[in-house]
Amino acid sequence: MSLVFDPDRWWPAPLLPREDGRDWTLMFVVATLSFLASLAAVVALAGSRAAHGWRSEIAGSATVVVSAQGLDTPDAAAARAAEVVSGVKGVAEARALDAAKTAALVGPLVGPAGLPADMPTPRLVSVELDPKAPASGADLDRALKAAGVDAVVDDHSRWTAQIMRAGAAMQATAVGLIGLIVVALGAVIAFATRQGLAARRDVVEALHLAGATDTFIAQLFQARFARSAAQATLVGAALAIVAAAAVKLATSGDDQLTALLPVTWRDLAAPLPFPLLGALVAAVTGRLTAMAVLRERP
Amino acid sequence: MRYGREPEVLKDISFELPRGSFHFLTGPSGSGKSTLLKLIFLAEQASRGRIEIFGRDVALMKRAERPAMRRKIGVVFQEFRLLDHLSVFDNAALGPRIAGRKAADYRADVADLLAWVGLGDRMHAMPPALSGGEKQRLAIARAVINRPDILLADEPTGNVDDTMALRILRLFVELNRVGATVLIASHDRDLVARAGVPALKLEDGRLAPHPGFAPEVDA
Repeated sequence: MSLVFDPDRWWPAPLLPREDGRDWTLMFVVATLSFLASLAAVVALAGSRAAHGWRSEIAGSATVVVSAQGLDTPDAAAARAAEVVSGVKGVAEARALDAAKTAALVGPLVGPAGLPADMPTPRLVSVELDPKAPASGADLDRALKAAGVDAVVDDHSRWTAQIMRAGAAMQATAVGLIGLIVVALGAVIAFATRQGLAARRDVVEALHLAGATDTFIAQLFQARFARSAAQATLVGAALAIVAAAAVKLATSGDDQLTALLPVTWRDLAAPLPFPLLGALVAAVTGRLTAMAVLRERP
Repeated sequence: MRYGREPEVLKDISFELPRGSFHFLTGPSGSGKSTLLKLIFLAEQASRGRIEIFGRDVALMKRAERPAMRRKIGVVFQEFRLLDHLSVFDNAALGPRIAGRKAADYRADVADLLAWVGLGDRMHAMPPALSGGEKQRLAIARAVINRPDILLADEPTGNVDDTMALRILRLFVELNRVGATVLIASHDRDLVARAGVPALKLEDGRLAPHPGFAPEVDA
């Protein structure tokens, strides 16, 4: 076979050896970082959704604990409280629970024998709030006091605050983790750039002596690492999407798990910008590191 | 000029190469010829003394100014310094490429020059597959492709036969005729004699007191 070289069809070859771009160790580390960051992003989105879901569930209701006063029977006091609360703006429905339901609620706490029949127990009123403009606990309290009903209102705000704090902590942890991974990616690329410049000292020197500027040489490394990082982060993100999709499909029949981490198909798109982000981080780090190393040279 | 704490390699040297001149640089091995060339093409910095190139003191030259200065200087290295992962054509095209010229503007020049140095049928080859002489001719092609204002060559005919050596010499003379300042370090007494141009002779890191024409250098 004879090789015929046609100068008119010649196009400049990469100035850095092609095989330098196939640093499998670097690619593996970057892909792993991308995989972890992608999972963190999916979990953060699902966790946030779970927290908001739980919050809206319990924030949409309130409980009124009614004690009978004077000649009132507990059932009558509860019915009165329910009537008063129903009239408050922002309440969709108020329902007094009868003795049997109240006993069923406390049953797990007092055991199978239940409460003594003569023991005075408070009655509960379950309140469903208007989801668009819910009444506050203070509104309910004011209305009950004005009607002379001895009751305590629990608007679940203590629980919603805790749930939201937990959700925010989960999101902050995920964002921090992604930030840490970005920093780690930068450190890995900086290390690889230094290694690359040391390994290709001959090429760098030849280019310098041929009149190449530091910027020209740094751009070569910048482009090389940006491309490698983009490829590796794409692989990592794709694997994370596949893993998250597999978990979603595997837990789709389990209501408890789904409620705990309600991953949606849209959440799986969260890692899509990561290859671009990885390329950007690698390009910036590669360039800055290469420029710093080149300036150290005579 | 000294490397680290080693004894001085070059000392008490003072000379001027007028623009458009042609000189040989002779002297025994270890006399400092390569070091002198490295100082001129800015690969080394003098530990003392003053070097001016194109009227500029190189010690006062900013780092960012050096690449432009280097592009005006073509260098043929004794050890070639070819890029083994690039083809003959890519190696020869390095200068115009780094200078930012479009490939279409210099393809033909590179092909013509490679044909002229006898590498017309080796343009696709990779340097490790070339013979010593072919590598040397490629190094020369790479050095002259940008028509440098100064051409420095370190033993440029060390690996070629007489015919090719003369051909290379003619190329240098031609470049000199169009304005390039040429300085060639060489052991090749015949070549120096045939060139008939002044020679600077280095001995123990010093310039010989009366540099003269080639035959006198050999005397």
